[in-house]
Amino acid sequence: MLLQSSNVRRRHNYKISISDESSRGNLERVSNPIKPVRVGIEGVSYSLTHVPDLVRYGSKPLREIRARPLLGQQLAERLRDFNAATAYAPHQVYIGNIAPEQLRELAKPWYEKLIEGATAEGRFGDLVQQDRFYAQLGGSDHFELVKFEEQWFREHAAQHWSGREPRLGSLTEVEARCAKGALALYSARRLVGAFEQGHEEDASLVAEILLENLAAKVTAAHSLRALLSTLKMDHGEIDYVISCSEEAVGDRYNRGGGNLAKAIAEDVGCQNASGSDTKAFCAGPMYAMVHGASLIQSGIANKVAVVAGGSLAKLGMKFESHLKKNMPILEDVLGSFAAILAPAKAGQPSIRLDSVAFHPVRAGTSPQAMAESLAERPLAKLGLKLTDVDRYGVELHNPEITTPSGSGDVPRTNYLTLAALAVMRGQIQKSEMEDFVRARGMLGYAPTQGHIPSAIVYLGHALENLRAGKIRRALLIAKGSLFLGRMTQLSDGCSFLVDCNDV
Amino acid sequence: MQKGKKIIAIGERDGVPGPVIAECLEGAGYEVVFQVTECFV
Repeated sequence: MLLQSSNVRRRHNYKISISDESSRGNLERVSNPIKPVRVGIEGVSYSLTHVPDLVRYGSKPLREIRARPLLGQQLAERLRDFNAATAYAPHQVYIGNIAPEQLRELAKPWYEKLIEGATAEGRFGDLVQQDRFYAQLGGSDHFELVKFEEQWFREHAAQHWSGREPRLGSLTEVEARCAKGALALYSARRLVGAFEQGHEEDASLVAEILLENLAAKVTAAHSLRALLSTLKMDHGEIDYVISCSEEAVGDRYNRGGGNLAKAIAEDVGCQNASGSDTKAFCAGPMYAMVHGASLIQSGIANKVAVVAGGSLAKLGMKFESHLKKNMPILEDVLGSFAAILAPAKAGQPSIRLDSVAFHPVRAGTSPQAMAESLAERPLAKLGLKLTDVDRYGVELHNPEITTPSGSGDVPRTNYLTLAALAVMRGQIQKSEMEDFVRARGMLGYAPTQGHIPSAIVYLGHALENLRAGKIRRALLIAKGSLFLGRMTQLSDGCSFLVDCNDV
Repeated sequence: MQKGKKIIAIGERDGVPGPVIAECLEGAGYEVVFQVTECFV
């Protein structure tokens, strides 16, 4: 079988023979000139919401503490305060105050070697304190789910509040709700609120799930609000919002029914926007960017916001290994981002829609097959080699979080796979693999929030480097573990190139 | 020697997937009683 690698506009000048294993990577030049298809990236904003007192409600801690209540006390003793979370080097990279390339030079462990003078405001993101997050929860609650203790709220959260009037009550009232099964919300050791279920008989509307959903909504809304403010863009200009958050908004008749995107649009005040959700496990944001860019390219929308809120379920996912290693609990933040897409302007960093690659069913799920599908083939389509990419944005999980549990250094594994493929194709020597990894890769700096580390986290630095002329192009590659849902044994993935619209 | 030996195969998404391990081991005569691929991040 010989497939013509073409999109509907047939703008590629390569075709790829995929008839059998031996022909992988064989390229045949054809005559049509390349005409890039670009959609502009107006900007991107990231946020980390520091919620140490919600770590106990992460999926893993919740299960383990129920089974062994003493673990709750141990966990509480290892939580970081906001200053420590702010001065944590990977977080400073995340919000744009430190370049990823600099991280390599910083002394480890990063959780001990904190950055002096670190601020919670970054060049393209910020860190949000828990009190402010609680105020956001109260201001975005349309169904009287959360109630805060009045005195605490007025002293600590009211200054951050906006939106709907929060429900406030006495400590006795809050305690009574918790006694009836509401989730207790703490600030340090103090009980400050109660989060209730949405329906007595609906397992999709229990308090744990609704808190997860509302947390995703308010953290995504925060990032979008911040981005609109940075860009000085009128909220009414957004035509469409795509959420790629990791949640399952819905009821018992439609678990995961979705369209959190529209709820986020409403929360931010994007009155002219509608929206929808795009999900593909950790690869969701990359698909969402492609879908958003396609809406622009087709003329259906003029400005699209792609957003994702944080994953509460993943808080404290590896807390046991952190406890064993006498480390602080590093998975104490909800990651979120927002990007705005529009027709490409001259010189603007853009998505190359003609570079987009999806991982097809037939491709196989070995790391090599993924790299071929998501890096080699899309580059070949554009007449490029693996060595023509200045930076690869892969799954940039912070290794300081993952290695203590034996999960390895995920980005390094991904970079080595790309380097090995470059060796196999004769683009570099085997002895140059480490140079390839160092020059075109970076250390991971994202919290293990699933969708957030998966390449999209690098977009902010990529845009800065493209604007500054430090790089010509970056390839973002994300993978999704579809098999976790028990519907297929397959993995998945999506990639695209970003460069400047200089043609 | 391998024939009849029971195996649980746990693969990893960024490494070797579970079905691949199972196929190799079954080819060598093992009985794979359970295989799964996990994602550790």
